[in-house]
Amino acid sequence: MTIKKDYVRPLDIKHGRVDMNHGAGGRASMQLIEEVFARAFDNEFLKQGNDGACLPVPSEFLEGGRMVMSCDGHIVSPLFFPGGDIGCLAVHGTVNDVAMMGARPLYLSASFILEEGFPLADLKRVVDSMAAASREAGVPVVTGDTKVVEQGKGDGCFIATTGVGVVPRGVAVGGANAKPGDMLIVSGTIGEHGVAVLSQRESLEFETQIVSDTAALHTLVAAMLRAAPPGAVHVLRDPTRGGLGTTLNEIARQSNVGMLIEEAAIPMLPQVEAACELLGLDPLYIANEGKLVAAVAPEAADSVLAAMRAHPLGVSAARIGAVVADEHRFVQMQTRFGGKRIVDWLSGEPLPRIC
Amino acid sequence: MKYVDEFRDGALARGIAARIAAEVRPDRRYSFMEFCGGHTHAISRYGIAELLPTEVRMIHGPGCPVCVLPIGRIDQAIGIALDQGAIVCTYGDTMRVPASDSLSLMKAKARGADIRMVYSAADALKIARENPAREVVFFAIGFETTTPPTALVIQQAAKEDLKNFSVLCCHVLTPSAITHILESAEVRQYGTVPIDGFVGPAHVSIVIGSGPYEHFAEEYRKPVVIAGFEPLDVMQAILMLVRQVNEGRAEVENQFARAVTREGNLAAQRAVSDVFELRERFEWRGLGEVPYSALKIRAAYAAFDAERRFELHYKAVPDHKQCECGAILRGVKKPTDCKLFGTVCTPENPMGSCMVSSEGACAAHYSYGRFRDVKVTVEAV
Repeated sequence: MTIKKDYVRPLDIKHGRVDMNHGAGGRASMQLIEEVFARAFDNEFLKQGNDGACLPVPSEFLEGGRMVMSCDGHIVSPLFFPGGDIGCLAVHGTVNDVAMMGARPLYLSASFILEEGFPLADLKRVVDSMAAASREAGVPVVTGDTKVVEQGKGDGCFIATTGVGVVPRGVAVGGANAKPGDMLIVSGTIGEHGVAVLSQRESLEFETQIVSDTAALHTLVAAMLRAAPPGAVHVLRDPTRGGLGTTLNEIARQSNVGMLIEEAAIPMLPQVEAACELLGLDPLYIANEGKLVAAVAPEAADSVLAAMRAHPLGVSAARIGAVVADEHRFVQMQTRFGGKRIVDWLSGEPLPRIC
Repeated sequence: MKYVDEFRDGALARGIAARIAAEVRPDRRYSFMEFCGGHTHAISRYGIAELLPTEVRMIHGPGCPVCVLPIGRIDQAIGIALDQGAIVCTYGDTMRVPASDSLSLMKAKARGADIRMVYSAADALKIARENPAREVVFFAIGFETTTPPTALVIQQAAKEDLKNFSVLCCHVLTPSAITHILESAEVRQYGTVPIDGFVGPAHVSIVIGSGPYEHFAEEYRKPVVIAGFEPLDVMQAILMLVRQVNEGRAEVENQFARAVTREGNLAAQRAVSDVFELRERFEWRGLGEVPYSALKIRAAYAAFDAERRFELHYKAVPDHKQCECGAILRGVKKPTDCKLFGTVCTPENPMGSCMVSSEGACAAHYSYGRFRDVKVTVEAV
């Protein structure tokens, strides 16, 4: 008697949908992993097919470097938006969180929570975009997980990513390190991601050419650190949810300082300004996914700014203000109009005003 | 931004500020009430107060639509959504207004109520068409600016004979609120609220025209300058008010001539009077019951009146005992006079309605201006 050779019918990516079997841990799960995830993320660690990834220790550790670890959950709606999708966003978001510690990002993990009924074609599109972003950033996805929830219990696809990286010796970047006198620098025009996503929301749909700024910022960070004397870059942070306004308040609170910024100096595309005006939103509270704000020692500000402007992701970098001593930790802004006001924390979700 | 930046020009602002400073008489004070929340927002957001001389004081009026919405009305909307299972659609700002039992529309949503934020009344109608098996209620709030769109969707719903759409009408009227303030004891008898003039509404006046304010100018001898919502509009209106006061005039002047006429938008007015009629009384948060200050849906459109459809009975609910929103909305107190301000009452956890919308006097001061209360001085960048 001969035993017939295994034949597995390939996944119907074009018409198929995620079902509960894909999350049950059996053959269907294995097939989904092999045909969608492993194929896209393909790397030596993932190929081993173990419960975890066994990774070599980078040389910086041996020279007194420290490890950085950061995680981020991604739940964007809609999943596909002008300029990106949840896949590349999941890579960029975590790479950036690691980079904001002054670290070189090394590896990513990815955990997918899929909703029963989610089209396999969409899943493939998301995973391929994620793989492309990870390759472009040079940060491989080395371990992952997939779960499936019943229809109605998820929003198509959620992705949680974790990143690890290494901070070279001598680099001390952190939210608590801003000092009075530091210059505040933002790496480019603000508000694009939030407006691009809003423009696609069902209830809002408006036509715009604004695309999300989603991008991995670790090479920009590396260029900034190279351009500055050791220890001169005090704070790095990416103003994602809550926007620039909230990020500045976070830094002020952590560092126990105040800030004074100039409205006219904040780079912004006129289309973003116009869309916000129309929707009654304040661009200072709109999310970015490819921008950073830095507090830099004043003597290093010029060289850091020059290095940023020489990098493709920092061409419109600008000095927007300075850190000041203030026990109340107010972020004050000189308005273009000539008055002064606070830029406060965002309260709740940004809601449009009615008249 | 073309056609907007022109109205936010800092150099022009300094020019007007210098003229205001030169024209105010050092021997007197000028107290002007900006009625509209839109003006309150502009004054705070652009830092206009800083550009004014100390002789000029701006009093924030009750023209913030969500601020004057009483708890009892929000309770009704929550009840329709939670107890009757209807989809309740409303404008964004309304979501956070505190109601009874520590609820708000947003918190009711977390408890399972189907509350949808819409950008326009027409979106609510669309939701009704798409959900024929569900009751869909548009929680309609606002002054004369938002009233015509509500009238139009009711007319449209009648035309389409929609069976599942209704409106919880809480539209209020600007002129009655101004009269109420001018008739209040603080202004008339005690003079504790000195009002030397009004910055008149922008968008409201596009609809109702400048005519309705002539009565205030004549009867109460108060100058009114209708102004746009851009910061230069407000600055210019203040200068015009200072001049009227100095010259002893009390007239209605129109700074917002690029949009406001004496008659207003007649088509909008026709739609409103077709669908709505005056309510005998309506409770305003902060002002209490104000006679003939709000609209209700006419009997001809009764099928679309959520109050009739759900047999709602209005129950007034008092504000938090220490909340000073009432006095603040009448101009009697400033946000900083309230014990709750900035302590238990913050934009994250508003106790009173003035803390909810960025147009509210408390939220505007908290979010944009509270650094002035503690005297922080920092060097220029």
